[in-house]
Amino acid sequence: MRDAFRRKALPYLLSLPALLVCVGILIPFGTAVYYSLQRYRLNLPHLRKMNWGENYLKFLTDSEFWNTLQVSLAYTGLTVGLELLLGLGIALLLQRSTRFNNFVSILLLLPLMTAPALAALMWKLMTNPNFGILSYGAALIGFENMKWASDPSTALLTVLLVDIWVYTPFMMILLLAGLRSLPRQPFEAAALDGVPRTFVFFRITLPMLSPYIITASLFRLLDSIQQFDIIYAMTQGGPGDTLMVFQVEAYLQFFQATNIGKSAALLMVLWVITFILSNLFVKQWLRLREQAQGAG
Amino acid sequence: MQHQSTFERVLRGVLIALVLVFFMFPIVWILLMSFQTNEQILRIPPSLLFEPTLENYRALITGRLETHAGTLDIRFMQNLWNSLILSVFSVALALVLGVPAAYAFARFRFRLGEDIAFTLLSFRFAPPLLVLLPLTLYFQDLGLSDTYVGLVWVYQLICLPLILWIVRGYFEDMSPDIEHAYRTAGHGWLTTFRRISIPLTAPGIAAAGLLAFIFAWNNFIFALVLASADKQPVTVGALAFVTASGIQYGQIAAAIVLSITPTLALALYAQRYLVEGLSLGAVKG
Repeated sequence: MRDAFRRKALPYLLSLPALLVCVGILIPFGTAVYYSLQRYRLNLPHLRKMNWGENYLKFLTDSEFWNTLQVSLAYTGLTVGLELLLGLGIALLLQRSTRFNNFVSILLLLPLMTAPALAALMWKLMTNPNFGILSYGAALIGFENMKWASDPSTALLTVLLVDIWVYTPFMMILLLAGLRSLPRQPFEAAALDGVPRTFVFFRITLPMLSPYIITASLFRLLDSIQQFDIIYAMTQGGPGDTLMVFQVEAYLQFFQATNIGKSAALLMVLWVITFILSNLFVKQWLRLREQAQGAG
Repeated sequence: MQHQSTFERVLRGVLIALVLVFFMFPIVWILLMSFQTNEQILRIPPSLLFEPTLENYRALITGRLETHAGTLDIRFMQNLWNSLILSVFSVALALVLGVPAAYAFARFRFRLGEDIAFTLLSFRFAPPLLVLLPLTLYFQDLGLSDTYVGLVWVYQLICLPLILWIVRGYFEDMSPDIEHAYRTAGHGWLTTFRRISIPLTAPGIAAAGLLAFIFAWNNFIFALVLASADKQPVTVGALAFVTASGIQYGQIAAAIVLSITPTLALALYAQRYLVEGLSLGAVKG
């Protein structure tokens, strides 16, 4: 009797501490929902009151909000798209498991393990208009006075470069693992029959690799739509509002404009987006995970 | 794919070289810059031939920077120390909390079990500011504003899901028969867990810990929002240093080098486990 009880209680006892620590974190989440339904500005505390959905309704006619949404989606689409293409290309280059290829793939992990905020600082030093090596290089090929992140027309390009530098290896390493785990028979059969290689790539490699492509892309989409470190360290969302993605805008609304209600509402909109994405992600991820467990 | 033409091999080589240049150049360039004086950095055209100086590192380590305008105090060593403390304690706590929970999720089917596991996973994907901004207000009330404890607690959002899901995979890979045999021999559950389950999954647990350490070290947003000036880790400290010192480019480069070296070294050491860790156990390397 006592044993039966202990067997039942054991898993709860084991997972309870982890859960408790995290419940503490769910409380602020509830607070954020509550704030998002209030008119709440730190500089005007006496005007604080519930205004229910007003913060959200205002977004419909708020050009700042539409700019944020547009910039975030553009940033996410461009980073994930380019990183997927580059990562897949590099994975294909390194597909054969030779000692040299493995050495290269290990070296490529280094940018991924660099703190994104520090990576942004590195690129800031390299794109400094006075002495930056990239500014010098740009001048050599005819782009005099390239202002990189401080010029609205090249700011997005500059942060994209940093994001691509940091996160392409993530795509590469997952897709490389995927490529190397594919069964060999279809490829051997295709080679014997003399099937053209473009056909093999589009009809055999890509479809078989697609679970890995989808999982890696969703992973990156989830992170990229929330990008903060690179953009904040590089330009703080500027110049102007060129790079005001969700989290940067919410951060500045909170600390500079001290408009807590609006900041919280912005983050709730972002949360809904990530919630939908993460549900899609978990389905894909579980499927791959079961495969991996089965193989291991 | 076995028979490659010479043209193909050359093309492949050139492409790999280009990839290496793009991804390695920034690290090499900043490393070189950290051994240069400001005059050497500002020289146009940039030159690979220069007399290296350790002055930048000396200034950072002694914490005193002599400039024409006077002496500037640098607290960079404090930032480095803070990063170490925050990362070590966050990972330690996450292991203590996460390993038993991972074991429970791997071995037992229990009511709400999967719900709890996925709730913990979902923290990895929610926008961090959603939690951090309200927390700034709570931290003041709770007296956690100026402490390591508060930060270590919040860092669990990064470390715990990682450890939980990676270690869970390792426990699931281990056959329960071994544990069963040991228990049949008359040992209690806790002894079995300590003597059999943990040692057999130790490499996986260590890898998860290293990865969690890297992510904690590299974190920026948590500390930017919550850490007071003297608890700031290197990621936030380096940015503040750029603002404060303005034009001390050599020191900034040296500070970046010191800040990224620990994680890069750990990553090289643990590279065998990174694929599995980065995909939270979904892809085997």
